[in-house]
Amino acid sequence: MADALLSVQNLSVDFHTVRGTVHAVRNVSWSINRGETLAVLGESGSGKSVSASAVMNILDIPPAQIVGGEILFEGKNLLAMSNEQRRAINGKRIAMIFQDPLSHLNPVYPVGWQISEMMTAHGRPADEARARTLELLGRVGIPEPENAVRKYPHQFSGGQRQRLMIAMALALKPDILIADEPTTALDVTIQADVLALLKELQAETGMGLVLITHDLGVVAEIADRVVVMSNGEIVEQGSVRDVYHAPQHPYTQKLIAAAPGKGDIRILAPDLPVLLEARKLCKVYGRFTALQDVSITLARGQSLAVVGESGSGKSTLARSILRLEEADSGEAFWKGQDLLKMSHRELLGVRRQIQMVFQDPTQSLNPRMSVYQLISEGWDIHNLVPDRAQRQQRVRELLEQVGLSAEHATRYPHQFSGGQRQRIAIARALALEPELIICDEAVSALDVSIQAQVIALLDDLRQRLGISFLFIAHDLGVVRDFADTVIVMKSGEIVERGPTEQIFSAPSHPYTQRLLAAALDPDPDVQAKRRIALAQA
Amino acid sequence: MSDLSTVTPAPSEKQRTWPLVSMLWRDKLAFVSALVLVVIVLFAIFGPMLLGDLATSQNLRGRNSPPFDLARGWAFILGGDSLGRPMLARLIVAARSTMLVAAGTVAVAMIVGATLGLLAGYLGKHVSQAIMRLADVIMSFPSLLIAVIVLYVLGPSIPNMILVLAITRIPIYLRTTRAEVLEVRQRMFVQAAVVMGASNGRIILRHILPVVAPTLVTIATLDFAFVMLAESSLSFLGIGIQPPDITWGLMVSQGRPYLTTAWWLAFWPGLLIVITTLSLNLLSNWMRVALDPAQRWRLEARSTANG
Repeated sequence: MADALLSVQNLSVDFHTVRGTVHAVRNVSWSINRGETLAVLGESGSGKSVSASAVMNILDIPPAQIVGGEILFEGKNLLAMSNEQRRAINGKRIAMIFQDPLSHLNPVYPVGWQISEMMTAHGRPADEARARTLELLGRVGIPEPENAVRKYPHQFSGGQRQRLMIAMALALKPDILIADEPTTALDVTIQADVLALLKELQAETGMGLVLITHDLGVVAEIADRVVVMSNGEIVEQGSVRDVYHAPQHPYTQKLIAAAPGKGDIRILAPDLPVLLEARKLCKVYGRFTALQDVSITLARGQSLAVVGESGSGKSTLARSILRLEEADSGEAFWKGQDLLKMSHRELLGVRRQIQMVFQDPTQSLNPRMSVYQLISEGWDIHNLVPDRAQRQQRVRELLEQVGLSAEHATRYPHQFSGGQRQRIAIARALALEPELIICDEAVSALDVSIQAQVIALLDDLRQRLGISFLFIAHDLGVVRDFADTVIVMKSGEIVERGPTEQIFSAPSHPYTQRLLAAALDPDPDVQAKRRIALAQA
Repeated sequence: MSDLSTVTPAPSEKQRTWPLVSMLWRDKLAFVSALVLVVIVLFAIFGPMLLGDLATSQNLRGRNSPPFDLARGWAFILGGDSLGRPMLARLIVAARSTMLVAAGTVAVAMIVGATLGLLAGYLGKHVSQAIMRLADVIMSFPSLLIAVIVLYVLGPSIPNMILVLAITRIPIYLRTTRAEVLEVRQRMFVQAAVVMGASNGRIILRHILPVVAPTLVTIATLDFAFVMLAESSLSFLGIGIQPPDITWGLMVSQGRPYLTTAWWLAFWPGLLIVITTLSLNLLSNWMRVALDPAQRWRLEARSTANG
């Protein structure tokens, strides 16, 4: 431990807020050597990023305050150094990449300039920096480096931007790279590529990699050791295999059990009446085709999953059916009536029957309305439940139905956690007693354990109330537990459809196969086997 | 941290009955501001009735008499003006026309500007274009020139002043509102309301306006001072409020020639303008916090931490 390249020892950080002091991390210790990969695993609010921020000197002090512990780099305490000394280490010896590369790249400079700046800022001559920039861009797999250096960040895709960040971080050949949720914002296939790149680069340069993540799959794929954090404390650490197969702490056990994609696959009940049928929907934005001849059928009580990466048109499909966007052509029959040809009056009636749950409940709930107002708004709009006492009774019932309690009705959305907010959004959708709920990435923004709870809730509602679901997701694991039928979309087209069982056991389209292969399994052994298989293929 | 945020202290019985007053009491500055404004409003309502005669009675021996001198009675505590009228009485009486013009202008400009801005931001491209070009026309036309022409044609009176000043201030509210609406309408909760079947009116009034309102109120309080001074410059040109009617702005401009010899002629009305604007500003700051559910706890907290 003591001779590790970088070690954090008994670090405690407090955040002083108006509401009192929050112990963000308590007594956190971890260490890393060259060539090693350490994963810091935790859910949102667990304090997993705080220690890395302390290493990089990017904590906001105040409100943060380092109350104890030390961070040793090559035996010297970083916390005792001056800011100038730390700047010489930051970027040069220890580099960092972030979750959202777009907000960490400056939009007004070409990327080549930004990467070179990293080197010139640390005293390298400009021409050497330029040459190294070209070399780096080629190394991280950016096509045509000579042209790419002159482009601006917005001209790259999300995956390429993360590659640019990696190139920038590696410019000065750091000994340690800290990656804070590097692939969370990326599609699965791109996530797999970026992780593979990180691994290759690590093997080449021998740097130590600290990976901060909430994703068990990422840990299984890339890490040697893992530190599990919960509520600011390390609850468990050890080799990835040991922790996965024999978790000691109840929190770790819960986290591993919550990983999606392990339940029974549901068998589709035959001969249910058709509720929604879309035929040949098309939508074009300028030169970009969002939907091309998309047809779907959804039976009563069924749950249909639409899976695809960003830009595949899956959200446009939902928005077209709901008339949030007007499709260019096609038909969408709701109980035999064409939704796309309805007048606004007719549509109002249907709006009651089809409800939607959005990805991010923080944004989909009006922050200025109380839970009671949020849930009862639908009744105001449709002139339902006029009696006040009856309303309060119904709101209470709905809250209890989604696992909240009656006293929550007077509170406001910001007083709840992410998972609770999504429950409120679900309660709001249920208030109008819909026959179909469209979930647009409804669980993607939630932590794994909460994700599992919300899915269980939806499944329960489906069985008890017979509600149909159109479930849009980019994550195949989530879909596996919940859907009867799966549709895979790519570039606005449906590439494959079939019962869940069939899609998972015998995918026929190459894209589906690639999606399945890119999805990371939380079991490190499974991931290791897949890697070997991939290398042979 | 997310866990902590769910634990909100239950409001006590007293807070429940007088929630706004108790929240006002928590913010001492806002509380004082509110008191100041109440006093000014009382001046405006009862001042002319009680002190109207005193404010216009000339006492040539008291011309430009210095303040803090009780020899001529309490009315001259703040000094006398160039015709020997007591400053204190005049200031109190002037509160009415000043408030009428300023509040009227700001209210009209805000209501019209915000309504047009909401429509321009929410409705289609054509409506938006039409409204915005109208705003451009008003903005590109020198406001003083409009005022001179209109007041010359219609004749100076308080309603006409309000009309003219409001027209010149409308684009500020309009542009700000539209810019905010364009952003807010993209937010997910607006989409969620559309999915529920909410009408345009409901979305604009229930979902968009409450988010935009704090910004508008803040601009309005800043605008208050601007309008008071704009009114004084119109009065100075002889097309605004005419003596014997008085406003603070008019008093400032009338006192200007005497700045070197009798500073109090311009100073007291100027001070009142500053105090009024400052109070409004502090109060609007408090209101922004009090009306935002995510911030309100700062005013509800038991402890008086400097929040």
